[in-house]
Amino acid sequence: MDAGQLLASTIDGLIIGLVYGVAAMGLTLIFGVMNVINLAHGAIIMLGMFGVYLLFQTVGLNPYLAIILVAVAGLVAGLIMYVMAVHRVINAPPLSSLLSTFAVNMMIIGLATTAFSTTPRNVNYSLGTLEAGPVVITNSRFAASAAVILVTAGLYLFLYRTRPGKQIRAVANNRQAAELMGIPSTRVLAFSFGLGTMLAAVAGGLIATLFSFTVLSGSTYEVKSFVIVVLGGLGNPLGALIGGIILGVMEGIIPVFISVTWVTVIEFLLFVLILVVRPQGLLGARH
Amino acid sequence: MGRRLWHPGLYLALAVVLALGLAPGVTGGQGLRESMFTILMSVGLASSLNILVGYTGYVSFGHIVFFGLGGYVGFYTMTQLGWPLPLAALVGGVAAGILAFILGRILLRLRGAYFALATLGILEAMRAFVTNFSPFGGSIGLSLNFSAYRAYGGANEALWLTYWILVGLVVLTVVVSYLVRKSKFGLGLMAIREDEHAAEIMGVRASRAKTWALVLSAVIPGVIGVLFFFKNGSIEPSDAFRLNQSIELLVMVMLGGQGTVLGPVLGAFGYQRLRGYLLTSAIFSDIQLTIAGVLLLLIVLFIPAGAVGWLRRRIPRLKTVLE
Amino acid sequence: MSTAEPGREENMPEGTAGPLLQVDCVTKNFRGLRALSNISFDLMENRILGLIGPNGAGKTTLFDVINGVYAPDAGQVLFKGEKISGRRTYHSARLGLARTHQVVRPLSELSVRENAIVGACFGRKNLRLKEAGPVADEVLEAVGLAPLAAKPAGALNVAQKKRLEMARALASQPYLLLLDEVLAGLNPTEMDAMLHTVRAIRDHGITIIMIEHVMRAIMSVSDHVVVLDHGEMIAQGSPREVAENTQVVEAYLGRPEDAERLQEEV
Repeated sequence: MDAGQLLASTIDGLIIGLVYGVAAMGLTLIFGVMNVINLAHGAIIMLGMFGVYLLFQTVGLNPYLAIILVAVAGLVAGLIMYVMAVHRVINAPPLSSLLSTFAVNMMIIGLATTAFSTTPRNVNYSLGTLEAGPVVITNSRFAASAAVILVTAGLYLFLYRTRPGKQIRAVANNRQAAELMGIPSTRVLAFSFGLGTMLAAVAGGLIATLFSFTVLSGSTYEVKSFVIVVLGGLGNPLGALIGGIILGVMEGIIPVFISVTWVTVIEFLLFVLILVVRPQGLLGARH
Repeated sequence: MGRRLWHPGLYLALAVVLALGLAPGVTGGQGLRESMFTILMSVGLASSLNILVGYTGYVSFGHIVFFGLGGYVGFYTMTQLGWPLPLAALVGGVAAGILAFILGRILLRLRGAYFALATLGILEAMRAFVTNFSPFGGSIGLSLNFSAYRAYGGANEALWLTYWILVGLVVLTVVVSYLVRKSKFGLGLMAIREDEHAAEIMGVRASRAKTWALVLSAVIPGVIGVLFFFKNGSIEPSDAFRLNQSIELLVMVMLGGQGTVLGPVLGAFGYQRLRGYLLTSAIFSDIQLTIAGVLLLLIVLFIPAGAVGWLRRRIPRLKTVLE
Repeated sequence: MSTAEPGREENMPEGTAGPLLQVDCVTKNFRGLRALSNISFDLMENRILGLIGPNGAGKTTLFDVINGVYAPDAGQVLFKGEKISGRRTYHSARLGLARTHQVVRPLSELSVRENAIVGACFGRKNLRLKEAGPVADEVLEAVGLAPLAAKPAGALNVAQKKRLEMARALASQPYLLLLDEVLAGLNPTEMDAMLHTVRAIRDHGITIIMIEHVMRAIMSVSDHVVVLDHGEMIAQGSPREVAENTQVVEAYLGRPEDAERLQEEV
């Protein structure tokens, strides 16, 4: 183990962490606004992966452009999902929304497995690599990082500078008060949900440009998203990004020192520790 | 029959369990025994989960961790220490109970989604840990030498013995579930479920009650785990700590009617039958997951009280029988 | 109204010569905001204490400190000579302190009777399930909810839920009852019935602290009044004394109707 290897691992982890972060951002946004844990999160990520893959394979569309289409599809999917599965149970005990989103998860995975089977897929679109001393990074990783930063900036601009964004923050803060002020809460909730799924779909698309995947890959990212969301603070999108980076870097560095199988144990113990000791996360919850 | 012995709700639930459990005894068939084992196992796991989720209102994604850990501990005592099955099963249950007690102290201060996520983390952490834990065989796990069954008179006899122990255990589980529901302890749990803050103000010692509910809900899966993996002949981390299995239990509890005694019994039975049907049916096997998802969604949206809950509301006169 | 409540003798704490409740220099801050500032008063048994003050004065916070929802940052609360401040809420319930809430908190999925049984089981006497039944029935009878005993608590209307809050608190057979705006949202007839009930409770030996905004009610029923404003105790005394206190009148001057009513109704 030398400094060069460590540096390479850290940077790699950082970049992957950014992608983890944007995946988790959608989950935390939905929770922050309406106190719902979207158990179909992984399935939407998977749909994002496949969306980009299909557009690339069939139409030859540049994956990065495909991601934009996938983002729109993700938004629409979220709106539909909200109306179908979440709206009715939004004020019910938490078990209801957990199971309703899980039901949607089952539906999506079931259909996807039938349509695509479980063979691994790959988006073979290479942008070349960059070398700087011991550090070799594929340009697609750079592109992914750039995309994440753009998306995050876009999200924050939207939430803080636009009217719909402010409405979302108002509803997240206090739904009843927002309604009294005349904000159409149902529409805002539906849109927020769509925004969350959009982020998940985008994350899926980015992951497709970096790694191979199967119909079942979504669940791995979903579980990682839970850990990240707790690290960063439930309801805090920037926290999700930072939590993602922390997780990515941890996953990059730890295997250099000890067997890679311990990474998962450490991740989850950290997860539980934070929940118990500092449930508002490292950055504090709610924007 | 004196008033003291009139418990129609319990009798109905027991009748269902006994009908299921005794059926293989009547036909003598191994196939029926195997399917009933799966069903009864789910009944036991779902009923125990109901004590935490249905009575106390704390949703757990990690219930299977008790099944897995108990299974591992019991399996270890059988393979490494040569202990007989009944003792190993008991130890498995105790181990699960101890884990529950420790977890209770740490996790039960969390509410709602935070608690649910924490249980998820515990399940995943345990699986990852056991994968690295060499006394438990690491990622390969442990396996039982076939000769171990000889001590019970052969493989077939061993499987029948395991089956009857399970039947007895599930009967016990249903009785315990009923006793809790009708007791002051159970009333305290339900008060916590409805409004923990108000319950405490009324004098319910919430943290103590919740911890004991968790421990009680953990011991049964611990024992069941030992029975299952003994029958299986081997145990490995990916089998013992499946998140999907945990979530399926939640589905069963909700399907049948959370917070009732009969609910988890019917829910487990119904879910397993449905699953079995979908898996073997020509038309549906490809999209069985999708169909199950659609059904679950419809139930959550329109019959959230589950089958038993819905019946109780619809026909109030049946309330005493449908506990 | 039935006189079926537990007998007077049962409600007298044995041999308590001193005050039932002692609030001693209680201070409570919330992130820099001073919610309660040096509140001190004693409450003797079998009295009704009225706790009044403009909105946001800290009345409910004071209740929260008394029954253990919050620990005071300074000072203490003694109940029958024993320190209860800083201890968990179930502890005060066991000692004989019960409380209702401004925004009612029924155990919705449980029946009205089961709600009362919870109060009886986990209250001062720590009854077993079997013993709690008759107590619950008595209390429901006393507040007039007996015909609704089998209904799920969530199905009641607001006035009924308020009575259930009261019944639950009474079922625990407390020495001290904290009532938080039991009259809010009631029409004049319901209000009179409730005041009658409150007096009947006091007559059975239970000590009461009442938070109220309805001036005529609280002034007519209280033996003693404490006035809070911005977390400070600005006056205490008999209803008449308090109504004539200029500081009190000023505090309510933001609401001249209240100030007038204050002077009228005593």
